[in-house]
Amino acid sequence: MTALFSKKNLLWVLFAIGVFILIQVLIQMRIITPHYRFMMYWISIYIILGVSLNIIIGITGQLSLGHAGFMSIGAYSAAIMLREDPSLSGLFAGMAIGFVITLVVSFVVAMPTLKLKGDYLAIATLGVGEIIRIIILNMKITEGARGISNIPHLISWPLMFVFVVLAIIVASNFKNSATGRACIAIREDEIAAESLGVNPVKYKVIAFMLGAVMASVAGALYATTYYVVKPETFGINTSINILIIVVFGGMGSLSGSIVAAIFIGITNTLLQPYGELRAIIYAAILVLVMIFRPKGLFGDREVTIFTIKDDLIRGIQRLTRRKEKPA
Amino acid sequence: MSLLRIEKISKSFGGLMAVSNVSFNVEKGSLIGLIGPNGAGKTTLFNVLTGVYAPSNGKVWLHKDVDILLSDKKPHQIAQIGVARTFQNIRLFKELTVLDNIKIAMNQQVEYGLIGSLSHLGVFHEAEHTIHQKALQILAMVSLDKLAQEKAKNLPYGKQRQLEIARALATGSKLLFLDEPAAGMNPQETQELTSFIASIRKKMDLTIVLIEHDMSLVMKICEKIFVLDYGKLIASGTPTQIKNDPRVIEAYLGEEE
Amino acid sequence: MTQFLQQTINGLSIGSIYALIALGYTMVYGIIKLINFAHGEIFMFGAYMGMLGITMLGLPFYAAFVLSMVLTAILGVVIERVAYKPLRNSSRIAALITAIGVSFLIQNLMLRIMGARIYAFPQVINNQVFVFFGLRVNLIQMIIFVVSILLMIGLQLLVKKTKLGRAMRAVSVDKDAAALMGINVNNIITMTFAIGSALAAAAGIMVGLYYIRVFPFMGFTPGLKAFVAAVFGGIGIIPGAMIGGFSIGLIETYVAGYGSTLYKDAVVFAILIIILLVKPSGLLGKNEKEKV
Repeated sequence: MTALFSKKNLLWVLFAIGVFILIQVLIQMRIITPHYRFMMYWISIYIILGVSLNIIIGITGQLSLGHAGFMSIGAYSAAIMLREDPSLSGLFAGMAIGFVITLVVSFVVAMPTLKLKGDYLAIATLGVGEIIRIIILNMKITEGARGISNIPHLISWPLMFVFVVLAIIVASNFKNSATGRACIAIREDEIAAESLGVNPVKYKVIAFMLGAVMASVAGALYATTYYVVKPETFGINTSINILIIVVFGGMGSLSGSIVAAIFIGITNTLLQPYGELRAIIYAAILVLVMIFRPKGLFGDREVTIFTIKDDLIRGIQRLTRRKEKPA
Repeated sequence: MSLLRIEKISKSFGGLMAVSNVSFNVEKGSLIGLIGPNGAGKTTLFNVLTGVYAPSNGKVWLHKDVDILLSDKKPHQIAQIGVARTFQNIRLFKELTVLDNIKIAMNQQVEYGLIGSLSHLGVFHEAEHTIHQKALQILAMVSLDKLAQEKAKNLPYGKQRQLEIARALATGSKLLFLDEPAAGMNPQETQELTSFIASIRKKMDLTIVLIEHDMSLVMKICEKIFVLDYGKLIASGTPTQIKNDPRVIEAYLGEEE
Repeated sequence: MTQFLQQTINGLSIGSIYALIALGYTMVYGIIKLINFAHGEIFMFGAYMGMLGITMLGLPFYAAFVLSMVLTAILGVVIERVAYKPLRNSSRIAALITAIGVSFLIQNLMLRIMGARIYAFPQVINNQVFVFFGLRVNLIQMIIFVVSILLMIGLQLLVKKTKLGRAMRAVSVDKDAAALMGINVNNIITMTFAIGSALAAAAGIMVGLYYIRVFPFMGFTPGLKAFVAAVFGGIGIIPGAMIGGFSIGLIETYVAGYGSTLYKDAVVFAILIIILLVKPSGLLGKNEKEKV
């Protein structure tokens, strides 16, 4: 048990508490206005979505384009339960139901599709995302294309904070465990991993399901933050937005996804008056990042409070030196 | 009872018979060489034995208390049963550290499951510590413990070959298939590798089957040699027998006019 | 029976469109093993160019048709040179994400320039309805069908009978070996993009003509369905894309006719997933396994 209370973990706890109190105080002092509070919630939800997709794409190396579909399952479950019981217990019940449905759906989807490689997998998951959307569009309980509105706004900073921290802990624990190592091995070389006793299908399914249920929780938080859920919100564009965060931060780098979500959340708010210009910029960034840094800004390295000093120094050195030619 | 029994294995791709009707046994504790000209079907046979290809015909049995049929199993199942391999063109996890390469091979020995992985509670830290120590021990055996935190791709070529063998050992397997372990090595490195293979074999009570073109290595350490040509087993015997076998000479040098 | 035949006619006409778009996917995949995600957007661009050629430049239909094919071919080449070429040696996942980025970029650029509004494609063709034995076929359907077939025959002749076609086939089998034989691989890849994009433009204009609607997101669904068609027939195989296109067009029309219009898209995606699972190499493809 000593390792659980190691110096490193204690420092992380202190850091998290610090962030929490800082923002809470800023809210209390009205420095963070309701407008910026929505930005914060957006960032929080996309941190969860980003790290969850990173488990599938970055850690396990499986390109999924149907993430918004799983998000929508959580969002609709929460919205429907909150219609019956507009309180926190309704939200949690919805979250739990969404969790279970997503578990089942993602398993059914994952078992066959994850046998596919790369491109085919991407297209199949895109198809799955679309199928989920079309089904929601045609169901009575989800109120079709109109969607569900007037969802009670139960979100608060402490509640959001708990889920974000939980998501980060789960994802980082996963990455630093035997299960995570197996997934990374599959990403690096599936044939070699198999030859060492790693069952590729099993670990891909685990990673896919874990990512999917985390997305569904993020969906539930989305529903209670934004009052409205509509099928069109969870189309391919949302899946691509999440992908942008993963790619931008670095495939395999959870801290990268967190930084990317914060960065894009803030730029989104700043660029709000410019509408679709925003989308053009992000699309251009996506292409440029792929051309010049195919593994994303952070690559698969993690930047933490312990390494940030070294990383900064290295970054400055790199800027002052001429750009090294990669080998 | 032989450790491995290969019974009339054939593998064809379309119309091409890459391996045809090959049978032989591997005794426990032996060191077997599999030789033959390029394209003779050696690697294909390895791929059949390790589950990468399903044989078109025939069966492979492993004797481990009881007889286990290998030829209907997937590669990861075969590895879990205790048969490991290396690859002709080294397949290390190049971007990962030397230590992680070993740890991945030890996944079967990890004492916690998915819940432990996600929560890091219970025996997690203890189990990770054990794995860490064991992995370092294995690395020490190949004198790579000093390089544990280095990325695998940064190792010199000879060390990469050794790491790949160490990684196969880390699965806990007692039967190893080595696909051209000395390929691309200079005589000095081959020399080191030869004594390395001999030493781990004794130390860990291994059974080894290796494909090799370097005859100095094969003749020096293999007790028994099987020769493949055009997918068929054309000869078998001790190194001396093989050296003087006219069929082998013919396969390598072509028929005398 | 009449209803079934009527559905078949409708299905063949929409299917020939899918086949034209699918050809672009399949040619590019055959030659550089990349799913050109932006292909649906190239199709959309072609529709806009055709429409603007008629409304802004006052060109006759056939001239606007050719102009659009040329401009769209140029767009395809630019995309290949700027975005895909630098990534030719990086991982498949990086190339695929780039293609998604390009698709997103074109879509939003179009949204920015032309706005979100739905334009009505000018009705330059007097859409007569012919009735044969109780079956209704309109002129546009016939044009779509005939033009598509002609383009496909042309493509087939190009690939099978010309020097360029031979070079394309060589590059698709082995890029390095083709280069050693003196083939300029980069030029061949460029030509492939140009031809695939021009075919998509033709499809775009005809879809505009048929549905009378042109808008920035029009490429997404037909693009995906055409991709499904390409996979269905066996991606990388030209006749496969044609068979796949007609099959998807027919299946979709039958589902809409006999089942529910609401689920016709879902059925197409379900078919995709089933094919990928049962025979990932498609109807005409061969199964291959990675070499160890």
